[in-house]
Amino acid sequence: MSIEFNSKSEKSRLEVLTADLLLSAKRLGVDACEVAASTSVGLDIQARLGQPEKLEMTRDQSISVTAFIGQSRGSASTTDLSERAIRRTLDAAIAIARVTAPDPAAVLAGPEQIIQEVPDLDLFHPWELTAEEALELAIAVEAAGFAKDSRITNSDGGSVSSVHGVSVHGTTEGLLVSQANSLHGISCVLLAEEGGSRERSYAYTQSRCSELLRSVQSVGQKAAEKTVARLNPRKCETGEIPVLFLPDVASGLLSSFIGAISGGSVYRKASYLLDRLDTQVMPEWASLREEPLLKGAMGSSAYDGDGLPTRAQYFVRDGVLNSYILSLYSANRLGLESTHNAGGARNLFFSGKLSLDQLIKNMNRGLIVTELMGQGVNLVNGDYSRGASGFWVENGEIAYPVHEVTVASNLDRMMKDDLVAVGSDLETCRSVASGSMLFERMMVAGS
Amino acid sequence: MQTPLQIINDTLLGPGDLALEQLESLVSEIMVGEIDFADLFFERAEAETFSLEDGEVKDASYHQDAGVGVRTCVGDRQGFAYSSEVSAARIREAANVAIAIQKGRKPCRAVNLDHVTAPKLYSSVNPIPECTSATKIAFLLGLDAKARSRDPRIIQVQATLSISYREILVAATDGTLAADIRPLVRLSVSVLAEKNGRRERGSAGLGGRYSLERLLIADHSEQLVRNAVDQALVNLDAKDCPAGEMPVVLASGWPGVLLHEAVGHGLEGDFNRKGSSFYAGKIGQRVASQGVTVVDDGTLADRRGSLNIDDEGRLSQRNVLIKDGILVGYMQDKLNARLMAVPPTGNGRRESYAHLPMPRMTNTFMEAGDATQEDMIKSVKKGIFAVNFGGGQVDITSGQFVFAASEAYLIENGKIVHPVKGATLIGHGPEVMSAISMIGDDLALDTGIGICGKNGQSVPVGVGQPSLKIDRLTVGGTA
Repeated sequence: MSIEFNSKSEKSRLEVLTADLLLSAKRLGVDACEVAASTSVGLDIQARLGQPEKLEMTRDQSISVTAFIGQSRGSASTTDLSERAIRRTLDAAIAIARVTAPDPAAVLAGPEQIIQEVPDLDLFHPWELTAEEALELAIAVEAAGFAKDSRITNSDGGSVSSVHGVSVHGTTEGLLVSQANSLHGISCVLLAEEGGSRERSYAYTQSRCSELLRSVQSVGQKAAEKTVARLNPRKCETGEIPVLFLPDVASGLLSSFIGAISGGSVYRKASYLLDRLDTQVMPEWASLREEPLLKGAMGSSAYDGDGLPTRAQYFVRDGVLNSYILSLYSANRLGLESTHNAGGARNLFFSGKLSLDQLIKNMNRGLIVTELMGQGVNLVNGDYSRGASGFWVENGEIAYPVHEVTVASNLDRMMKDDLVAVGSDLETCRSVASGSMLFERMMVAGS
Repeated sequence: MQTPLQIINDTLLGPGDLALEQLESLVSEIMVGEIDFADLFFERAEAETFSLEDGEVKDASYHQDAGVGVRTCVGDRQGFAYSSEVSAARIREAANVAIAIQKGRKPCRAVNLDHVTAPKLYSSVNPIPECTSATKIAFLLGLDAKARSRDPRIIQVQATLSISYREILVAATDGTLAADIRPLVRLSVSVLAEKNGRRERGSAGLGGRYSLERLLIADHSEQLVRNAVDQALVNLDAKDCPAGEMPVVLASGWPGVLLHEAVGHGLEGDFNRKGSSFYAGKIGQRVASQGVTVVDDGTLADRRGSLNIDDEGRLSQRNVLIKDGILVGYMQDKLNARLMAVPPTGNGRRESYAHLPMPRMTNTFMEAGDATQEDMIKSVKKGIFAVNFGGGQVDITSGQFVFAASEAYLIENGKIVHPVKGATLIGHGPEVMSAISMIGDDLALDTGIGICGKNGQSVPVGVGQPSLKIDRLTVGGTA
């Protein structure tokens, strides 16, 4: 069994649909129109306890239209790409545009702004993988976990997923671009038991190219190591202490920071970093740079959601907030220039020089956070309070696992005043990636 | 009047030249080789959203989706494929993929479909065309005016009107033929208040499976705006929240998200069949204080989490999960019920035709006791009174869960002293449920805003509880 998907013919099919739709929109009297269309196929396989558990084939498609009448707009979308459904979608978008209030900030990129030539960023590598082969990998990643440690007693399974597809973006201002993408992953969730203690954890690898995935051996073993390390946890005492966020959770924290400097939060006054351009938001030694044009990277794209060419740029340089993350719309709302970031920032890597071991030594005594729970991040005022588990560190060494505690502070204080160091241990297999972050102090609530 | 089945025959099957009469043979075709169960899930969905911001409705959208999912089961194995085109050819194509979970191709059994007659727990109105876009926009503009006139410190009002309509049809090899029509409306308001450079948010929401007309009743939306504005204003004066273990009094209603996390997920059949839940193998054991009775009930009229039939065509039920502190039952879908040799409980749910069903909650709540909220607060020397929450999360293996307070107060010597900043509360499911020392007489369900996520699938749910006193819970403050 294999999935039929011809990216070239899919691309031309979507380009024709998009161009036709733009033409119909013009004929129906809209002033401007924007269309985004995509199709993808995928495979999702899961095995548990050495046996197949799930075999799923995915085939998704959608088309969305935004119609402009004067300065008013309306949007509609459909997963049915039949002529009839697309026409109904266009009609719905136009009907909405006739009743919404004008929004002078909502404009399409002009011909002089849009990308002229789309470079190949090496993002499309379909995985020639049969369901049987995928199943073997899913069984193998789980088996590697079981083999690693006898305290692994149960499993939520090993999984293999692979998806590839094409997306097309067009406007009545002359934009018609397309991109093909692939994404593959292998993951494993294991359970460990010892005494009365039961814990779960996971590991994964993902890449646009299957050859760059880590081996099933290393993923399974890492899942096992992470799971057994959590066994027999304790609570630690309540108090203000140094805290070290490992890369998984540090990357999440960085995403919260990125949310606070994103145009949408700023023009809605829903950010603690309002009115902070050109001021210190991180320590002087820290910078945050976007690299959207990296070949083969998770977040790479040659153009943004407005069709503007993306570019490498600093949002934070030497600790100073250089720029917010802006689309044409949010830039217009704020009276600023777009930073070519409609759809968000791409490939933000935040790292320092110290190894994880050195960071632990430097912390000497405190809490390592490996997992966070809940949504306790308030971007309006920066307040931060989340459930945490990890390890207690005493004399620069890991002493015992910790669970059922909270870590709390304020994002502004954390990133500006309390960030002591960032590790060199970032994993670039995601679009927003940070090395471990060491904070001088956070309030940890335990027993 | 047409039954849901007749309506769906025309709207969902008709356009692809399909008819109800063909389903029996299509379903029978999938019964091959070793397959012991299979189903077809047809769906047509429409959704419309209007958003208010800066005192204007500048943004609105409409989405339509239709398709069919084909699932096969062999023991605990599932094969699955779907198509966003509903036709016999596409169903056969998807079935061909789904049956590859096993090797056999030989037909094994003919299926006779039998129509499931479902009760009518909610309206089958399509709320989208119920009134004009102009009416919807005018309503949202009215909310903006109400919020701003309530207090000059309100600097931003966002409101979203989400209206959806869904038709589903299930045909399964166990003979099930069932259809449902599900309206779902929701109104949410979020405001920002500012005082001396400090900004705080307040939010509130309302919704259920009912008509748009009912959602737009002025009294209800006025109350909603008042709640959002008042919450933001309270938070403007909030002081740092204390950190550490302390008694916590929870208000009734939405704080029932506690039960959803501390109990609900851990009692879903899949986690217990696999032995990955902390509650696995604990039926008949004490898992909560005496007096604690927790129920999942999909049969409540008009509720957001209610279902006439679940997404496998089973009638929804009232399922007692914990009775007087003793664990008595899990929530099941067909697959896990069969593997655990218990009856399904009407909890098989899926986000859409493009997702596999799983055991999921509907409306989960605790039954009332006889204490008063006032007495609970009086009994606390130093602790927290938490009135409103954001979301929560649970690790079903260790039992550890969190939920985040968005409006809370400090209690000292039996009296509410002042508001405190939002904080995450963390605990261990059975330990926290056993630390419940007082159960209020004021059971309330939430206002109809819950969304539950599991394995990447979202479904609407309800939660509820009476006021509760928990003797010891870890509060994640900064002071």
